[in-house]
Amino acid sequence: MSPTPILPPDDLEPVAGGGLLDRRMFLRQGIALGGAGLGLLAFDADATDVPRWMKTPGGPFTNYGEPSAYEKEAIRWISANAKAPGHGISWTPLHRLEGTITPNGLHFERHHNGVPAIDPEQHRLTLHGLFSKPIQFSLEQLFRYPMVSRQCFVECGGNSNAGWHEEPIQTPVGYFHGLASSSEWTGIPLSILLDEAGLQPEARWLVAEGADAGAMNVSIPIEKALDDTLLALYQNGERIRPEQGYPMRLILPGFEAVLNVKWLHRLQAVKEPLMSRNETAKYTELEPSGKARQFTFIMEAKSVITQPSPGFRLKGPGLYQISGLAWSGRGTIRRVDISADGGRSWAPAALQEPLLSKCFTRFRLPWRWDGSPLILKSRAIDDTGYQQPERSTLIAERGQRGYFHYNAIVAFAVDSDGSLRHVYA
Amino acid sequence: MSMPSLSSPSRSGLRRVGRAHLFIGLLLPLWTPLLAVPEGPKLGVSITQESILPLDISVFPEGTGLPPGKGTAVEGKMQFEALCQGCHGVKGSGGDAEELVGRSPLNGSRPDQTVGNYWPYATTIFDYIRRAMPLNAPLSLSNDQVYALTAYLLYLNGIVTETSEMNATT
Ligand code: HEC
Repeated sequence: MSPTPILPPDDLEPVAGGGLLDRRMFLRQGIALGGAGLGLLAFDADATDVPRWMKTPGGPFTNYGEPSAYEKEAIRWISANAKAPGHGISWTPLHRLEGTITPNGLHFERHHNGVPAIDPEQHRLTLHGLFSKPIQFSLEQLFRYPMVSRQCFVECGGNSNAGWHEEPIQTPVGYFHGLASSSEWTGIPLSILLDEAGLQPEARWLVAEGADAGAMNVSIPIEKALDDTLLALYQNGERIRPEQGYPMRLILPGFEAVLNVKWLHRLQAVKEPLMSRNETAKYTELEPSGKARQFTFIMEAKSVITQPSPGFRLKGPGLYQISGLAWSGRGTIRRVDISADGGRSWAPAALQEPLLSKCFTRFRLPWRWDGSPLILKSRAIDDTGYQQPERSTLIAERGQRGYFHYNAIVAFAVDSDGSLRHVYA
Repeated sequence: MSMPSLSSPSRSGLRRVGRAHLFIGLLLPLWTPLLAVPEGPKLGVSITQESILPLDISVFPEGTGLPPGKGTAVEGKMQFEALCQGCHGVKGSGGDAEELVGRSPLNGSRPDQTVGNYWPYATTIFDYIRRAMPLNAPLSLSNDQVYALTAYLLYLNGIVTETSEMNATT
């Protein structure tokens, strides 16, 4: 049996061009999807036989579980420097994931010089500089402090930067927009520790430094440090993984990832920013005038369709569900619109609750594809009213050499054979 | 979306050496130290500012944190050829790692953003080389070596002469 898309009842009128249907349709009708139509659910011809795994005992228990052996494609792609394998990035395969939580082993990585093997017993966090009482903490001490949990995304300032290229990059969504991940982080509000050390009123910045080989350092504005910044110890319920900053890292919800310093070991309170390499040479955006934007911390609203997307193929006309992710460093996603006619008409997608601030938000919309070529787009609007810009608008404002903070609307062309391509449209 | 911008206060003296003017894209309100903060068990161990000096490797734009020592581009060239050229290429360009030299105008179509045209402060170079380079042996350079390498990179980018000395006060 090949995956036959189930056609919706004839009385279901599209709500926008290209066959977009009402976002409440699945809820009302309880219609089943045609195997998502993406070739993910291909049935065997003899699917009525009793499967062999029902006839022999299964595998043993495991101390730490792993994904199914069939999920070999849900992996990070790595791009590292040939001369220095610890210098590079790896992407979250957003196109292979659903929901809003990134599995810990798939959180994106950016390391400047490898993952340090930190012994937690020897690790100390030092607060000094403009504090009336400089102090140092061991992990044992920190575990007695009050903790809170919050779900939020962490996104590299350089995420999606292929969007600046002259030609649209042809790669699965995760390897274009996957320098963004979302987790539940648990840790100590940083304000508690700053307060204990006696932060002085003239302190305006905290220079945060990691204990990696290269002692990655950046300056953090004190308002953010006192607001919702966490000294995170847990990620999705388990201790933070080495690649994510074990035994502790900063989480600054909504701010570009470079400020969320991993392997944190030193916080120095100062009056002026350090002007470190990663806040001058990098993570600043050159503008058309030849001047640069600096300290552009907040990640603006962005959305991207993760299914259907390039690398997958629609199996003929019929009913599909469009699914994707939206997020904003300024707050909560209020609306995501989808277009199936290149932006001429738009329909609001259903947003998965709970809607959390500065967090991945899953959007979905039913769509009946009639088999003709068209262009899919999504655009996010956050609760400040900010709307994700078209690419041409972003480029008119920022030029093409900014490198960081690319958040334009993404477009996929669907061809009549069901294949998808990234396009500028 | 652009935020209100405020040009960074211009700094006098030699340390502001780059040609780019970085704009501070954020106006910071003064914070009040009287925020309600949840109570912690206050287990932090007091330390003296002096005791953490060995850990404190931050170097600020006004020169705070610069250690004693000195070096010139002539000396830096020798260090560079021995320790850095393998990754960064002869005279800092054409290697596998980042371009270290380049003065193409920043409003051109594909400028390399380097020390010569983009980085604003000599202290940034010092701070970064000392903590992070060479990539295969960070924190291995002496202060004199870091001063000399900083001088060499500034020399390659046409900012200082080959024999001008770099130290904590230049
Ligand atoms: C093993 C290869 C390697 C060696 C040896 C090496 N570097 Fe680097 N260097 C790199 C890489 C890779 C980067 C980019 C690091 C990053 O982005 O985190 C870099 C970055 C830099 C930068 C920042 C460039 C920019 O524009 O951001 C400077 C300055 C620098 N190196 C100086 C030096 C000096 C001086 C030496 C010799 C003491 C040296 N490097 C030795 C690989 C190397």
